[in-house]
Amino acid sequence: MTAAIEVKAVDKSFGNVGIIRDLNLSVAKGERHAIIGPNGAGKSTTFNLISGHIKPTSGEIRLNGDVISGLRPFEINRRGLSRSFQVTNVFARMTVWENVRCGVLWATGHRYAFWKNVDNLPEVKQRTARILDDIHLSHRRDVPAGLLTYAEQRELEIGITIAGGASVIMLDEPTAGMSHAETDRAVALIRRLTEGRTLVIVEHDMSVVFGLADRISVLVYGNIIASGTPDEIRGNPKVKEAYLGEEID
Amino acid sequence: MSNAASPAPAVTKEEPGGALSFYGVWLIAAAALVVLPLIFSSGGSLTSFSLIGIAIIFALSYNILLGQTGLLSFGHAVQYGLGGFLAVHMMNAVASHNWPIPLPAIPLIGGIGGLAFALLVGWVMTKRAGTVFAMISLGIGELVASSSLILRSVFGGESGITTDRTALMPLFGWTFGPQLQVYYLIAFWVLISAIAMYALTRTPLGRICNAVRDNPERVEFIGYDPHVVRYLAYGFAGFFAGIAGGLTAINFEIANSAYLGATQSGFVLFAAFIGGTAYFFGPILGAILVTYLQLGLTNVTSVSLLYFGIIFIGIVMFAPGGIAGLLMKHRPLIRAGSLGMVIPSYLVAAIPTLAFALGAILTIETVARYSGGEGEGSTINLLGIPFVATAPATWAAAAFLLVGGYLVARLTWLRVAEAWDRAATVARDRGYLA
Repeated sequence: MTAAIEVKAVDKSFGNVGIIRDLNLSVAKGERHAIIGPNGAGKSTTFNLISGHIKPTSGEIRLNGDVISGLRPFEINRRGLSRSFQVTNVFARMTVWENVRCGVLWATGHRYAFWKNVDNLPEVKQRTARILDDIHLSHRRDVPAGLLTYAEQRELEIGITIAGGASVIMLDEPTAGMSHAETDRAVALIRRLTEGRTLVIVEHDMSVVFGLADRISVLVYGNIIASGTPDEIRGNPKVKEAYLGEEID
Repeated sequence: MSNAASPAPAVTKEEPGGALSFYGVWLIAAAALVVLPLIFSSGGSLTSFSLIGIAIIFALSYNILLGQTGLLSFGHAVQYGLGGFLAVHMMNAVASHNWPIPLPAIPLIGGIGGLAFALLVGWVMTKRAGTVFAMISLGIGELVASSSLILRSVFGGESGITTDRTALMPLFGWTFGPQLQVYYLIAFWVLISAIAMYALTRTPLGRICNAVRDNPERVEFIGYDPHVVRYLAYGFAGFFAGIAGGLTAINFEIANSAYLGATQSGFVLFAAFIGGTAYFFGPILGAILVTYLQLGLTNVTSVSLLYFGIIFIGIVMFAPGGIAGLLMKHRPLIRAGSLGMVIPSYLVAAIPTLAFALGAILTIETVARYSGGEGEGSTINLLGIPFVATAPATWAAAAFLLVGGYLVARLTWLRVAEAWDRAATVARDRGYLA
């Protein structure tokens, strides 16, 4: 079976500075895969490489078996990969409803249509309503996204990301800056919404990582030093060393 | 979708009243356009209405770029002017070959001209938004404006190219010689262009334009190429600008290089911004106000551009949302029923503010005329009172109004702010304001 994401020997340098060195990563279909590592290890860069935000200097990235390295982000998105951002990245002046709907439009085949009334597309309406329901923001549907609370914006961010129905979902620190209660809610949300899909998540909160992930990869200085089940990672001496005594459990 | 027959509860909230009020607005607009010249039937008003109508289409087309897609163009008059030139050439060709094309179809030719040029240069221009786009639009504007003076056979040099709108075949007995008939032709195009441009905002493309305006980076990750979105928006803006240019050509029976220039591009930016770009109707208000001021001010003062500049700076500083933004700010107060709490403070503030404005006008006019106003008398006629620009009494009055008005106005505007806070609190308590 082909992997959902296959990263082979990818290097990325900015000028002379190598950020990612010989990165190899494989995420199976339907797996929930977490990437952890200290600050500056290159987790976000890895996300940007896979999602097409930046292009690798060398190496190859495959999505469901097809080479995607070098493609533009929207081309990769159309092939079934969707990502969220670490910094909240919504359409601030548009309403919650419109934010989610924007995420639905391409996937429902409406593309750049300028001859259809957007309020008159039953499938778009139903999908948007269902996602709003899923992310518990139905009661806020007419509020401009910029006026939501921080936690609500993070939930909306997830909503936009899953709206297109991508088979591979990548979430960049979805619970960053959330309180305990909010984090629990967000984790339950992520677990439910990514059911049956492939999930790649970057996260600092270890309770989230170990509670959610089927497999974990540890990234240090642009290189994966370990990849395995949560138990394997917990017992791995290299990981312990990398975290310099930081508690992993 | 398996459950298509039973949509989710949130979807069923369809308001029949929404559709009714939607069509109602356009019906009222149509009725107003028909009735207007019957009430104000003088030649001067017909000319004004015609120009305002054209300005409305032009400003709305500009807002497809600025308000909807977040593209600041300094060269929107290029598409407008080229549409005008193509319309003039088409009219001359139709007249000389006796083609069966009536005059009301000509603006469409102008639109196609604007669209064609927009599609030609747009792909390179819209690669990037922001400063890059603004600079290229300025460059293209200058390029086309200067080539219009060089390519004489196409643009007619300084004098431009003239035409005769009555030389085309009459339609239902209308020759379009009288200004009234031209007005109705313009009104017809204003209505269908405005409806079309509003409809455009309600399409998938229109919504994604807004998304590109808010966050082009994110758009790439929901399947859209922001470059394509900007390009399409640029094409549509060019099309409607071309229609406006075609109507101008019909109205004046001439197209010249001034149509394409930076002044014209500045005018439309001005109208859209003053009206307010965040709302669809904003540029309509702006077009009406700016055209009206342009027509009115040039007759009474030699420094009308200075007043435009002051108004523009004032809007940028104190009401960045434009007139539409100011009006819509009051909507939650109206809904909450607390608008009455701010009205008295407005009325109180209006008096010293007006005094301040009069003082400013008197000062500007005094300086303008004292320092060499060409030809015009040294008497300033303000509210029917003649002020002599050389008299110290006039200077004293100006200084008194300016300084006194400012000091008192400042106090009253503090009161307005307080009243606003109270009214907004009420609106917030009643859930009409976030």
